[in-house]
Amino acid sequence: MAAIDVRDVTFGYSGRPVVEDVSFAVEEGAFLGLVGPNGSGKTTLLELMIGLRRPDSGAVSLFGAPAAEFDDGERIGYVPQDVANADEAMPITVSEVVRMGRYPRRLVGRFSEADRRAVDDAMERVEIADLADRRVGRLSGGQRQRVFIARALAGEADLLALDEPTTGVDAESRESFYELLHELNAEGITVVLIEHDIGVVTTHASEIACLNRELYFHGSPEAFVETDALADAYGGSQHVVHHDH
Amino acid sequence: MVAASLLPSLALATPADGFVPLATAVDRAVDLVLDDVWGTALDVLAAATGIEILASPFIQRAYLAAVCIAVIGPLVGSFLVHREMAMIGDTLAHSAFAGVAAGLFVNGVFALTIPPLLTALVVAAVAALAVQALVDHAGTYRDTSLAIVLTGSFAVGSVLVTATDGGIAVGINAYLFGSLATVSRVNAAILLAMSVAVSAVVAVAYRPLAYVTFDEVGARAAGLDVTRYSQLLAVLTAVVVVAAMQIMGVILVAAMLVIPVAAATPVRGFKRSVLAAVGAGLLSTLAGVTLSYWYDVAAGGTIVLVAIGVYGLSKAAVRGRRRS
Repeated sequence: MAAIDVRDVTFGYSGRPVVEDVSFAVEEGAFLGLVGPNGSGKTTLLELMIGLRRPDSGAVSLFGAPAAEFDDGERIGYVPQDVANADEAMPITVSEVVRMGRYPRRLVGRFSEADRRAVDDAMERVEIADLADRRVGRLSGGQRQRVFIARALAGEADLLALDEPTTGVDAESRESFYELLHELNAEGITVVLIEHDIGVVTTHASEIACLNRELYFHGSPEAFVETDALADAYGGSQHVVHHDH
Repeated sequence: MVAASLLPSLALATPADGFVPLATAVDRAVDLVLDDVWGTALDVLAAATGIEILASPFIQRAYLAAVCIAVIGPLVGSFLVHREMAMIGDTLAHSAFAGVAAGLFVNGVFALTIPPLLTALVVAAVAALAVQALVDHAGTYRDTSLAIVLTGSFAVGSVLVTATDGGIAVGINAYLFGSLATVSRVNAAILLAMSVAVSAVVAVAYRPLAYVTFDEVGARAAGLDVTRYSQLLAVLTAVVVVAAMQIMGVILVAAMLVIPVAAATPVRGFKRSVLAAVGAGLLSTLAGVTLSYWYDVAAGGTIVLVAIGVYGLSKAAVRGRRRS
């Protein structure tokens, strides 16, 4: 079954389409790299894919259900843009954030033994157990991303959606972060990653979607490198205007 | 005088025959909590410490109100401050003022006895939902929307106050600046009931509220109904503002939502910081009420000044710790 199925999706802000007539599917266990120039609608498409927005036309299904009505929230781990740089004054600790991964299942009531184990395991898995009692706002960008990944793992997420997670993170932390994503994907978690660094995407992703309002390419990294999709998408505005004539 | 004008609020609940047993039960519960539990406890404290004023029912009610405000203000304020919505408290306080003015106006014109606290609560709750809708839609212009609602409600209030022949202007003063004298038995009971309700709701909704406060988009992705929890927070804020308004005054009431929370921000851990904020609140209100009684000055202002002092000490302590 496809984890995410996008069918003829169009979405716009106040009449101006940002995503137009996009169709593709992400199989379970895939690692999709979503690339495209700035302002190409990548973030909007990701938000449509995990049900944060409702398409103007077309349909998105998430694990077989309409994405906007999807109510197994804990199956989706979302790492928002700029987490690494956000100036967070809230005195919340790492373990408090990771525990949030369990909240969709347990909004009230005591944490069970299984809840606590999931939280501990998640922190161990991404190697932040030693930071458990630190304030999230005082961590480095790289550490902070791992906190968000751990939150998703604590919720036993089947899908990780990440929006340019490594902006402003040093090269070494980036490399180890992508290795971690790679490992998690190998363990069966579906990954959808927005990334501006094409090199990273072609190295780690199992498939690539190239977007500039319309979908220019969807397929394997090998095929992507061989086509002109990238050049077309990045010179996309002229290309589209050309079509209109 | 204001206390007297509020007394009919209990009378309002009693006339219908069917409500008499309920009203009696409420009366008994109020007696039990105010006199038997709180009163006795402070009587014992007065006897033990030799501080005689603690045995006065007036002072006992003032301290009860101080404790209630210190608990619910920072409890709700912790979420507001860390969502960067601190201004909403001030905005709702001003709408509550419009509500009080509307209540006094309607009572004055139509010879009714609707308790102004009730109209304040209704108007503030409606304003809370309106503000939330404005913030959701206006996005980056949230400061502007808040300023419009804030000044707009105050304008409505001031027009209503002057629309009658000055009769209600006297009562309005007590709401603007707050007063310990407004803490009648009835008001103390209402404040206590509101505080218990707010604390219970926050205790039940703590997890989603904390999630939404920390990461709104993540919370939505996790399937939480962010809009509903934002509305809940706004309405809780309205209740806190109305409850605390009698003592703090409309103009200063927002301080209890913000200053103790700011003072507790150096504490590591969000849950612990909420508890620390309540602690800072208790210190401020208890010291503030005491000083205000000793020197016979406005309670609201004294409480806020003590709270700012606590905040200053907390900041200084953090600096001292960093240097050492």
